[in-house]
Amino acid sequence: MIYLISFTPFQPTFGLAFWSLVIFLLFWWIMSRVAFKPIAEALQKREHDIQSSLDEAKNARMEMSSMKAENDKLLAEAREQRTLILNEAKEQKAKILAEAKEQAKAESSKIMNAAQVEIEAQKKVAMQSLKADVGNMALDIAEKVIRKDLKNDSAQVSFVNTLVDEIKLN
Amino acid sequence: MRYITYITFCCFLFIGTGGVFSQAHKHADDLKSIQQRKLDHDHDDHKHDHHGHSHDGHNHKHNHGDHGHNHNHNDGDHKHDHKRHGHASGHGHGDPCAHHDEAYDPTGTAIHHISDGNVYSILDAIRIPLPTFLYAPEKGWDVFMSNKFKVGHHEDGHVSHNGYVMHHGSAYRVVTPGFPQEGNHEHDCFTHKTVKDAKGKDKVINYVMYGGKPYELEARSTFDGGLLGGGITSFYDFSISKNVLSMILVALLLFFLFRSAAKAYKQNPNSAPKGIQSFLEPMFLFIRDEVAIPFIGEKKYMRYLPLLMSIFFFILGLNLWGQVPFLGSTNVTGNLTFTMVLAVIVFFVVNFSGNKDYWKHIFWMPGVPTFVKPLLSVVEGMSLFIKPLTLMLRLAGNISAGHIAILSFVGLIFIFGNLYGTVGNGIGTALAVPLTLFMMAIELIVAFVQAFVFTILTASYIGAAVEEHEHH
Repeated sequence: MIYLISFTPFQPTFGLAFWSLVIFLLFWWIMSRVAFKPIAEALQKREHDIQSSLDEAKNARMEMSSMKAENDKLLAEAREQRTLILNEAKEQKAKILAEAKEQAKAESSKIMNAAQVEIEAQKKVAMQSLKADVGNMALDIAEKVIRKDLKNDSAQVSFVNTLVDEIKLN
Repeated sequence: MRYITYITFCCFLFIGTGGVFSQAHKHADDLKSIQQRKLDHDHDDHKHDHHGHSHDGHNHKHNHGDHGHNHNHNDGDHKHDHKRHGHASGHGHGDPCAHHDEAYDPTGTAIHHISDGNVYSILDAIRIPLPTFLYAPEKGWDVFMSNKFKVGHHEDGHVSHNGYVMHHGSAYRVVTPGFPQEGNHEHDCFTHKTVKDAKGKDKVINYVMYGGKPYELEARSTFDGGLLGGGITSFYDFSISKNVLSMILVALLLFFLFRSAAKAYKQNPNSAPKGIQSFLEPMFLFIRDEVAIPFIGEKKYMRYLPLLMSIFFFILGLNLWGQVPFLGSTNVTGNLTFTMVLAVIVFFVVNFSGNKDYWKHIFWMPGVPTFVKPLLSVVEGMSLFIKPLTLMLRLAGNISAGHIAILSFVGLIFIFGNLYGTVGNGIGTALAVPLTLFMMAIELIVAFVQAFVFTILTASYIGAAVEEHEHH
């Protein structure tokens, strides 16, 4: 009643074995050339590229941060330098000013001294000439006075002398 | 650890699938015997007023006669059968063609549907003829399209071509003298008889009725050496069968899918995956990162990656192709011939890749006492062949079991229909739809899991063959 049909799917047949072998080998061969190898390589390359760009980005970030630090350092240095230069300039200025002042002072005092000396000399010369003039004038006066009345009055002679002395003192 | 989980999961699936299969199978058989009893009873009532011919002679014919009686009442072929019967009765034979249309036979139907065939049928309605290449050593090649057989219901042919006929989708040869060996000849139905062979095992012999006489059918040669009920016969079938056509279609489909993906990888090498790439890339990476690299190693995996990918995607494609409803439900990966070819390829790849350490571990295991070494080499030598054998059986068993389970559930409609008529059809459908739906969901997982298991085991065998041992 219940009969056993031989289980045909499990009976190996020559035809199916032949075609399976041919088709699978072709599939394997063609697919490895057309698809599997290129895709595997593309994936490898992509992974490699992604990794390297990540690494690059990381490196760049690190470089950036180090560069920034350097910049900051440079900036600080520059600022310091600037203050230094400014200070120096200020000092220089003060020094130059002071020197100039001093020089000016020295010059002026020298000029003053020279002027003083000159004045003194001029004064002396003037005095000399004044004295000479006054003497002459006195003589003149005296001559005139004398011409009028020289012989009689000794008191008048002494008075003239006194006058002459007074002129000398001035 | 992850792999232990995978393997445990697969074991559960295997057991689960097997369980459903055997249950469904047993169930179908039980129902069949109930049905048989009912039919016998019907037969007693109607025996004499129906045809009035004797059912003696062949035991099997008696049984099928019973089915025939029941069926003639609601069969479309009713008239036709009667005419044939009348003709045969005139010769004084019991004509099996009168009772040709048997009661629904779940086992036979299931096996027919998961077998390879020389015609690609969709829903028993569209029949795509296939190139048929038959070779008989004494007469040479016969090359023709299978529509020469005028294939009809149940994928049975109605015309013989050069001594070949089609029965249940497969080409058979008739060598009994008296059967025309040349040209096209219309023949009658097919019958079969169960006999005991020399070892006392039941054997089914198929016959084709021609001119009122039965002629024995000879199946195509198989190379199981009789182990699985086949053997070398008078002809070989090298046709582009249903399975071969499915393989070609799936291979082409995968080729175009992967070619377009490969193009996309070439054109935009460093961009994110798009379209078909996003579909294929996760699977590709999974096989590469979870199968190839862990088992074969970072250094050597690239050599074996194309093979692993071919195995995975070809098996997966064929598994899924067989699952698509209304596409013929071909059972390529459930066919032992196909899995055998894959297993043989794996066997050769593994053993040709084997390094010195691998062979040393097989024939003279280092690190064990000398008296154990020969014992281990026997075990290891056996395991060389058992490994591909298990690969072959696991895949074919799982996929065939899944197909049979689904067919059994669908068969419930017909079983209940035969028992209780239209109401039974309703009950059967109500049962079959959720069960089939459930089974198809399971089979979808099995399609992926079995492709993955085949690949991961291949990778592990290759890994063992190319592994380098630092010590010993």
